[in-house]
Amino acid sequence: MRVSEPRRRPGGTYQAVVIGGSAGGVEALQVILLALPHDFMLPVLVVEHLHHSDDGSFALHLASLTQLPVIEPCDKTRIEGGRVYTAPANYHMLVERDGTIGLSVEERVNWSRPSIDVLFESAALAWGEALVAVLLSGANADGTKGLGTVKKAGGLTIAQDPAEAKSRVMPQAAINAGVVSEVLRAEQIGRLLAALSG
Amino acid sequence: MNDAKIEMIEIDLLLETIFQRYGYDFRSYARASIERRIRQFLAGSRCSSISEMIPKILHDEEFFSNLVQYFSISVTEIFRDPLVYRAVREKVLPLLKTWPHVKIWHAGCATGEEVYSLAIVLKEEEVYDRATIYATDFNDESLDRAREGVYALGKLKDATKNYQQTGGKASFSEYYHAHYDAAAMDGSLKERITFANHNLAVDAAFGEMHLIFCRNVLIYFNRELQNRVLELFTDSLVHGGFLCLGTKEDLQFSEVSNLYELVDAKAKIYKKKST
Ligand SMILES: C[S@@+](CC[C@H](N)C(=O)[O-])C[C@H]1O[C@@H](n2cnc3c(N)ncnc32)[C@H](O)[C@@H]1O
Repeated sequence: MRVSEPRRRPGGTYQAVVIGGSAGGVEALQVILLALPHDFMLPVLVVEHLHHSDDGSFALHLASLTQLPVIEPCDKTRIEGGRVYTAPANYHMLVERDGTIGLSVEERVNWSRPSIDVLFESAALAWGEALVAVLLSGANADGTKGLGTVKKAGGLTIAQDPAEAKSRVMPQAAINAGVVSEVLRAEQIGRLLAALSG
Repeated sequence: MNDAKIEMIEIDLLLETIFQRYGYDFRSYARASIERRIRQFLAGSRCSSISEMIPKILHDEEFFSNLVQYFSISVTEIFRDPLVYRAVREKVLPLLKTWPHVKIWHAGCATGEEVYSLAIVLKEEEVYDRATIYATDFNDESLDRAREGVYALGKLKDATKNYQQTGGKASFSEYYHAHYDAAAMDGSLKERITFANHNLAVDAAFGEMHLIFCRNVLIYFNRELQNRVLELFTDSLVHGGFLCLGTKEDLQFSEVSNLYELVDAKAKIYKKKST
């Protein structure tokens, strides 16, 4: 697969990155976060399907993997560049257009809370074409609908190469739905993102 | 103008219509979540756009009441976040015990699971008999279910595990009666509970509370409404009274933060200062 040149979108630069993963997603996430430099400028919002009783240990684990500060946000946390925000277990994480994070305990979506679709859809509305959305390994189809919304809003949509993914169902579902602009390996995704804010 | 902008206008008009027609103010709810609810409701309705819902809201009360029902996110659990109940046992009740009479308010109690959970803890810590418990919500259907206190038996597995983590010493099964696939909460838990309709966005303060539980309700409000409600709580609490928020809610950036001291950071329990 071709590694595309890091690019600027026609109208300006990207403003935010959202990443979703489930089974096997953490391994890929690890590779991607390691590739991001300490002066990475964009906010990174992550939904990883967690056990509902996780008490912040996932956020601590991520923090040990990246040079960027990792935050498990409270409701209305202001989103700042160069930080990684990871959805708390048992809450959906949404992006508000005023640049803050909203949380919700509403019903599971695709059997998941947090759900990737919920994050991606709200982020697409907040950032439109300035958003990069990345869907990683996983065993269900959460994220496909959200990627569709991101793509429709003009954002860049990336799926982890199913051949590399530990669990190919999730990225493959998005590819089959025709909502993915780039299919890349985790290490390529990391490089592409790192170049975005260079 | 792109579709997203047009949709924003439609949503503004819809919320304004609800407010003017029925007095329910969802204009100050957290936007991303209420927009999601509207889109989902639209998908299950016969309307083809959000603006098409507006005349229905104006003229069809049943349509409106279904929509409001859908806006009220009533997801809750028995002993959700056991660490909270443990902190209440260890840090709040020993102090409440020193009062001859204790008034407790659950604001946004949904279908009541949280109210019965706390009632159990109050019983075990010997505070129940001197407590008066108010449990309020603006959703009448939820309140009816809360009054009944009958829950699916399947849900009680997690509850039993969580109960033990709160430091519960009895067997959780003492507190309910199973009947086929349903569990009815024991009547003795209900004696001191009054369920009532109260809308946090428009109704007035409740007097002289010693403990207010308001968990996972403020997340649905914008900053402005959050501050209004927090002021309402501050007015409703006695000096030295306690406020318990959801584990992902915070007083830190609110207008009342300097009126409280933190009692437990994880359980989000605050105490109103006495000045
Ligand atoms: C997610 S539930 C929280 C239930 C419970 N406190 C818990 O944490 O498990 C949110 C509740 O807030 C209620 N609510 C929303 N807006 C309200 C308002 N303006 N006044 C009173 N209750 C409201 C909803 O009807 C719903 O029952």
